Amino acid sequence: MSPENVNCLPESDVKLTLGLPGSGRIPSKPGMKRGFLETVDLNLELDQEVAAKPPAAKAQVVGWPPVRSFRKNAMKSCKYVKVAVDGAPYLRKVDLEICSSYPELLNALEEMFSCLTIWNYLNERKIMDNVNGMEYVPTYEDKDGDWMLVGDVPWKMFVESCKRLRLMKSSEAIGLAPRTPSKNSSTS
Amino acid sequence: MLKKMSYSSFPEDVLEHVFSFVQSDKDRNSISLVCKSWYEIERWCRKRIFVGNCYAVSPRRVITRFPEVRSVELKGKPHFADFNLVPEGWGGYVYPWIAEMASGYPFLEEIRLKRMVVSDESLELIPKSFKNFKVLVLSSCEGFSTQGLAAIAANCRNLRELDLRESEVEDLSGNWLSHFPETCTSLVSLNIACLGSEVSLSALERLLGRCPNLRTLRLNRAVPLDKLANLLCQAPQLVELGTGAYSAELRTEIFSNLAGAFSGCKELKSLSGFWDVVPAYLPAVYSVCTGLTSLNLSYATIQCPDLIKLLKLCPNLQRLWVLDYIEDSGLEALAASCKDLQELRVFPSEPFGAEPNVSLTEQGLVSVSEGCPKLESVLYFCRQMSNDALVTIARNRPNMTRFRLCIIEPRTPDYLTDQPLDVGFGAIVEHCKDLRRLSLSGLLTDRVFEYIGTYAKKLEMLSVAFAGESDLGLHHVLSGCDSLRKLEIRDCPFGDKALLANAAKLETMRSLWMSSCSVSFEACKLLGQKMPRLNVEVIDERGPPDSRPENVPVEKLYIYRTVAGPRFDMPGFVWNMDEDSALRLS
Repeated sequence: MSPENVNCLPESDVKLTLGLPGSGRIPSKPGMKRGFLETVDLNLELDQEVAAKPPAAKAQVVGWPPVRSFRKNAMKSCKYVKVAVDGAPYLRKVDLEICSSYPELLNALEEMFSCLTIWNYLNERKIMDNVNGMEYVPTYEDKDGDWMLVGDVPWKMFVESCKRLRLMKSSEAIGLAPRTPSKNSSTS
Repeated sequence: MLKKMSYSSFPEDVLEHVFSFVQSDKDRNSISLVCKSWYEIERWCRKRIFVGNCYAVSPRRVITRFPEVRSVELKGKPHFADFNLVPEGWGGYVYPWIAEMASGYPFLEEIRLKRMVVSDESLELIPKSFKNFKVLVLSSCEGFSTQGLAAIAANCRNLRELDLRESEVEDLSGNWLSHFPETCTSLVSLNIACLGSEVSLSALERLLGRCPNLRTLRLNRAVPLDKLANLLCQAPQLVELGTGAYSAELRTEIFSNLAGAFSGCKELKSLSGFWDVVPAYLPAVYSVCTGLTSLNLSYATIQCPDLIKLLKLCPNLQRLWVLDYIEDSGLEALAASCKDLQELRVFPSEPFGAEPNVSLTEQGLVSVSEGCPKLESVLYFCRQMSNDALVTIARNRPNMTRFRLCIIEPRTPDYLTDQPLDVGFGAIVEHCKDLRRLSLSGLLTDRVFEYIGTYAKKLEMLSVAFAGESDLGLHHVLSGCDSLRKLEIRDCPFGDKALLANAAKLETMRSLWMSSCSVSFEACKLLGQKMPRLNVEVIDERGPPDSRPENVPVEKLYIYRTVAGPRFDMPGFVWNMDEDSALRLS
């Protein structure tokens, strides 16, 4: 339940950017939230959190131990959260437990809302509606009721604290002020 | 002139009446072998047919021989399909059967299928063809969607049972349940536990309210706990209940409603479901515990103390399925409280973890074997075992009939002595003379197979993985196990010699599966040529078996007896080794 043990790192090293899986674990700082303004360009790093997983099993043998997939799937916990898209009339649900990283989540969203494309441009990712060209920013409501930018915190922490998702129009997101500037300057 | 024996001068209808008291398939088969007239009488009055391998006989042949059948049970894929060892597309399609039965059995009432591929088209054909259709059981099936279910719900006027146990259903929406018409009042059993989508709870409530004979209801995970009380109030006569997700916000009114609803269910004998358990809600079921004979907690992540509290209240429990969170201490409590226990299954909570996450060892199983005199059926996943423990279990429980042990790490030796577990399993087969089913695991040499061949005379099904040293092991089993019907083997160094030397034995069995063993393509061809009443299927996703040197082992081999000849629906990665195809391939 509690976040991983962390080393103290200067703020700039905690920024999440895109990288190859396992390209290096970047420890997180618990309680580090930032407002929209600072991360509106969506530099999402693939924090694979390799060390956070349980001790890796050796290469799994097919069909061993003999546990039926039905049972395997049922044992996975689900965390369904509602996903709202600004301007769309319907809500969808996504199971955060099925995704193990931010890029997977974005892919799942892309599949769910087929009108959107997750646009990978240089080192940025934007979500864009194919039809009307609107840009969206993925945001989520956390346990405290704050609306945060998706990609802010390590994946596991995000899964735990996320109550629901909202794809907010970029124009609206930019207008939001950072939530807790005082926290941002902490380095503990 | 042969003198007619007196028994054949009984009038036919008397004989038929007598035969109607004989329900077992085996006995019916024996009756049909007595003489030609008994064969004739019997076949005209057989109402139920069980075909253990859908490719062993053609539907047309079944219908021709038994024209008055009302209930059909079929099995398709081999058991190892449960563990993803049978590639997708291998076969097991039910459509040809339903299509034939549509013309041959217009009065068919019951279809029970296991491990078969069932299309929506097949399901749609059912109400169209069988006007009095009553029972549909789809066990571990796949290939259909909720659309097919809608057709069944909407059109089967006298539907009594719809049981989807552990099938893989393409879940398009929960709407299908609303297709049960208002006139449907005949439901006795409804099992939708495997479905993902939410069904309309109001439709479900109304359905329950108008089906007074409903005894079995297994809900799916999507049915929230705070709605369960309402549903139960519509069906207080339930005997078997599967809950949905067993979690809700902690609110006293939800709890008291739930507890109240449960206490109104005076007939409840079986409970299952319990996904996502919030332990604080467990006491809501306490009032029904004394009556429980069957409890399936195998999806419930409940820790040991809560489990013990629950089990202590269930003195009449006969069957328990549970996760290894129960640990040795919980099993000890089980052994003390549940003296009527007949069947225990302990599933792994983290089967792929490298380290044990719970304190469950061989000791738990030993305790239960000591404390529960009626224990006869065991499925146990654990991480360590000893010969001593197995010997103790065998001595405690000579009445064991099904024993499946899965030591999670392959080839794990006796943790006390580092020896193979041959002696332990040997004790099991020696003492448990009525053993019908056995699954082996751990470090095992050819010796264990010698024991099995010597002692396991009633054994019908044997599952082997990562065991043995040579063909001698396989030979012991094939030559010694007189009652063997199904043998499934994976990752064992068994090859051509034992197989070819015991070819005739294979015709006395339903099937043999061997994967990742050492059987050559050449041997498969030989076997196929030698034994026309066997289908010898080589399953190899690497490509045609003759594209590799003949001594390279085949990937997978499935051999089954059949009177139907090679099947016509083999996919590209399956080759039949009958005479013709052998010539074609070489």
